[in-house]
Amino acid sequence: MARTALIKIKPRRYKKGDIVRVDSVIMHPMYNGLIKDKKTGKPIPPHYITDVEVYYGDQLITKIDVNASVSANPYFSFNLKVDKEAPLKMIWKDNKGEITEKVIQIKPRG
Amino acid sequence: MNRRKFLKTVAISGAVVAVSPALTGSFKAEAKGEGLKKRTLEEAMKDILKGKKPVESEKVKLIAPSIAENGAVVPIKVSVVEPIENVKAIHIFAEKNPDPWTVSAHLTPQNGKPYFATRIRLAKTMNVYAVAELSDGSAIMAKKAVKVTIGGCG
Repeated sequence: MARTALIKIKPRRYKKGDIVRVDSVIMHPMYNGLIKDKKTGKPIPPHYITDVEVYYGDQLITKIDVNASVSANPYFSFNLKVDKEAPLKMIWKDNKGEITEKVIQIKPRG
Repeated sequence: MNRRKFLKTVAISGAVVAVSPALTGSFKAEAKGEGLKKRTLEEAMKDILKGKKPVESEKVKLIAPSIAENGAVVPIKVSVVEPIENVKAIHIFAEKNPDPWTVSAHLTPQNGKPYFATRIRLAKTMNVYAVAELSDGSAIMAKKAVKVTIGGCG
């Protein structure tokens, strides 16, 4: 099942050579194994994102290792140096093997 | 095959089956993605930084709220006053969480500037540490105390 994910570039207009900020959010419960189910009283098994990979073109530019103590619906923000027109691909992997991918186009103007 | 031999084989294979889940179980607990490991800040830092001792430095800028009402969502921003070529990774630790290691971002020169932001959970009032791993092998850090009104670890 693919999860909902969002990637936003700030500012929206940018030129070649600019350093922009990439904001990303994915919908994920991030259960850490300590929270109990309110109905049954049993702990919910751990289910959280462990790896995030960011590709710009085919180059791996950022790799994020994540632990269960990151908030639900994890938000990650980092910088990107724009020097070409290429797709920016983010891959989220969780501990149950679910993989979510999201691709946006980086289009420098001017 | 006589009866004695048959019983022997059954007993042995049974023992093997009984042992194998125990083996895989203990192996799995070591692997990544099996929930929180209980460890102290020193142990976590040693594991993640491979024995390097981080030194407190003005170059790491850690922005976190001094009072967080909800421990389940605490925004953390880290930037490092260093050229991006010198910064290999940014790690965030939360001192008194069951597992202090929270997140590691491995950066490359394509990032332009050493900056990373996320939202983390805090179990109670504690110090948050941001550690920057530099390419010359050293590590620098900044810490900030965050007061938490409601804990966020379940």
